Amino acid sequence: MSSETKQILTTDGIPLEVSLKKAERRNKIKALMLVAPLLLFIIITYVFPIGDMLMRSVDDKMVTEMLPKTFKAMEKWDGKELPEEEVFAAFHSDFIKLVEEKREGKLSTQLNYTKNGFKSIIKKLRRKSKSFEEGNYKEQIMAVHKRWANVEYWQAIKRRAPAYTGQKYLKGIDMFKNENGEIVNVPEDRRIHRVLWLRTLEIAFFVTLFCFLMAYPIAHLLATLPMKYSNLLMICVLLPFWTSLLVRTASWMILLQQQGLVNDFFVGIGLVADDNRPEMMFNKTGSYVAMTQILLPFMVLPLYSVMKTISPSLMRAGKSLGGTPFIAFWKVYFPLTIPGIGAGCLLVFILAIGYYITPALVGGASGTLISNQIAFHMKSTLDWSFASAMGLMLLTGVLAIYWVYNKLVGIDNIKLG
Amino acid sequence: MNKEFVKFDKVDKSYDGKILVVKDLQLDIEEGEFVTMLGPSGSGKTTCLMMLAGFETPTHGEIYLDGKAISSIPPHKRGIGMVFQNYALFPHMTVYENLAFPLRVRKIPKDEADKKIDKALSMVSLQGFAQRMPGQLSGGQQQRVAVARSLVFDPQLVLMDEPLGALDKNLRESMQYEIKHIHESIGVTVVYVTHDQSEALTMSNRIAVFNDGKVQQLSSPDELYEKPVNSFVAEFIGENNTFAGEVSDISSGKCKVKLANAEILANPISVKGKGDKTTVSLRPERALINPSDKMDNVHNGKIEEVIYHGDHTRVRINLLGNSEFILKVPNSSANLDIKLGNEIKIGWNSEDARALDPK
Repeated sequence: MSSETKQILTTDGIPLEVSLKKAERRNKIKALMLVAPLLLFIIITYVFPIGDMLMRSVDDKMVTEMLPKTFKAMEKWDGKELPEEEVFAAFHSDFIKLVEEKREGKLSTQLNYTKNGFKSIIKKLRRKSKSFEEGNYKEQIMAVHKRWANVEYWQAIKRRAPAYTGQKYLKGIDMFKNENGEIVNVPEDRRIHRVLWLRTLEIAFFVTLFCFLMAYPIAHLLATLPMKYSNLLMICVLLPFWTSLLVRTASWMILLQQQGLVNDFFVGIGLVADDNRPEMMFNKTGSYVAMTQILLPFMVLPLYSVMKTISPSLMRAGKSLGGTPFIAFWKVYFPLTIPGIGAGCLLVFILAIGYYITPALVGGASGTLISNQIAFHMKSTLDWSFASAMGLMLLTGVLAIYWVYNKLVGIDNIKLG
Repeated sequence: MNKEFVKFDKVDKSYDGKILVVKDLQLDIEEGEFVTMLGPSGSGKTTCLMMLAGFETPTHGEIYLDGKAISSIPPHKRGIGMVFQNYALFPHMTVYENLAFPLRVRKIPKDEADKKIDKALSMVSLQGFAQRMPGQLSGGQQQRVAVARSLVFDPQLVLMDEPLGALDKNLRESMQYEIKHIHESIGVTVVYVTHDQSEALTMSNRIAVFNDGKVQQLSSPDELYEKPVNSFVAEFIGENNTFAGEVSDISSGKCKVKLANAEILANPISVKGKGDKTTVSLRPERALINPSDKMDNVHNGKIEEVIYHGDHTRVRINLLGNSEFILKVPNSSANLDIKLGNEIKIGWNSEDARALDPK
């Protein structure tokens, strides 16, 4: 036995194992060098931004940093009665510093997010604090405004102590943490996000369904036609791919508007009255039509690539064995296209769920999706942390769909080409 | 037995309206017979099979199955079993499910179906493979499953479209015997398409040689080989030595054919009279070196090439102006003066030299 496991040496006396590893290492380094640019690119453009987004969405350091002494003093406070002098003194000291740095405005904005009514009392405090005397800050601050003597406002400040918070995520699903630290729904008339999430899912689902229904026959035709016709058809399918997204969306606007071609046609054939033209744009219909058209190739291509590999003799075999054309299709052909259906549906659904430009242009108020809301917070309210939180929720949703899909169909069964 | 179990009656087929791929086909197949359609690619043999299976419709004419015209019956109602070139097993079903497919669509009860499946699998010696997926089987096993599937619902007629084309040589030969035995044991009528002549000769009761959309000859393997009726068949089946010439005399079952610089005696098959152009066909094994008994054709030739083949030696000879004249000499023969460049005497009977149509 021992003679068999004896180390094998190469001609220059180095153990074979060692020199093999050496040779392989060189190859590994070479391979790594080749993929390094892509790896760097992915890290810089993908991993970092997502990491940054994650940080931003839970980051709540601003207030923590503005009131360091206050929060230190508050650690001992139980939060039920008004805090002791010590807390007031610390708050005064932090506040004076902020005033010197002219940052008290930011503090008031931030605290106002947590509880309305901070803006005015902080302004007042700034004015009055110039004439404060040393010592007994509790009395002096409480004298500035009656709200400073209200424990709820001090509780609100304490809630901002942690450097990290999940409140943006709660806001994303129309919930918040109330004074008692309970997670509750926002009042019904102020809920907007849940509707958007549901609508996003609904539109993505139906767009996927429409794409599937339309792409399946096209892909089948593409896979079975003789080469010269299928090439032409393929160009027709891909043509929208080569046209700018904006141009395509704009042309849908021309087609679908109330005085547009489609409506003209409906009026022309007498389907609708001229004074009662249906609105097909700036609502869900607009989003459905335009998104289905734009996402169609993403369904056609995976289906086509799968159908191309299915030998026509399988259908023939099905028929020759006695299956009607429908049975042959349903029992033989269709099951074999499932990998393509899976790939196409997953692709279209994921793309649709994050769609932005098209719903923004043709969706109107009732056809906008969650991405439009994210963009709104990125550009208009500048609440980046909230936008990041929603972005991450969207990403998590996509990953969840992917996971469910993997459980149901198995990701190995996907075929993109 | 029904002599006209399958009948092609004046069938034409054209795909593009310009070229007829099958021309005026007249073909009767007896019940229980193994008939092979043999021909080069593009000769129309597969088209005929597809018309019989129902995947193509004749442009003109009618096909009868057991006396019924079937041109207007869709494939799934014809009840014909078929084995495809690439097996066409359903890759997402197990072997069992593949075999159960034709039984399920016929609504055969499960216990009866299971019996039939067992029987079919044991026929191709694949018991115990029922739960495998086709992808887990070797090419030969897949082929057996395809054969079993085509027979499991007891069709009267089974079509096979070059079923052994994808197998290697040894496997192909053993499968040939296996299919032949299955045919003999269950007595099903088989129409088999191939371009491999040895396959056709081994397996068939009768062979229909196709060329140019027409059946050139329909006869048993031995007759096809020994007595080809035209030069295409002579050329296509087996090896063949030819002499092109002109009939100079024809009488009492023999004819004289004048070659460029000699005259030979031949058996007039498709020549009518003096002056007809002809190609004389002679099988290599019918010509002998140094003929001892009296043969009516004896000529001198020069050995140009000797190729050793193990059991026999192929000798290429320049004979009567044909430098491609091939002889097969069994290696048991001693003392033959087969050396490159030697002059030897070669003889054959005029009966074996068939004067056919000119090429």
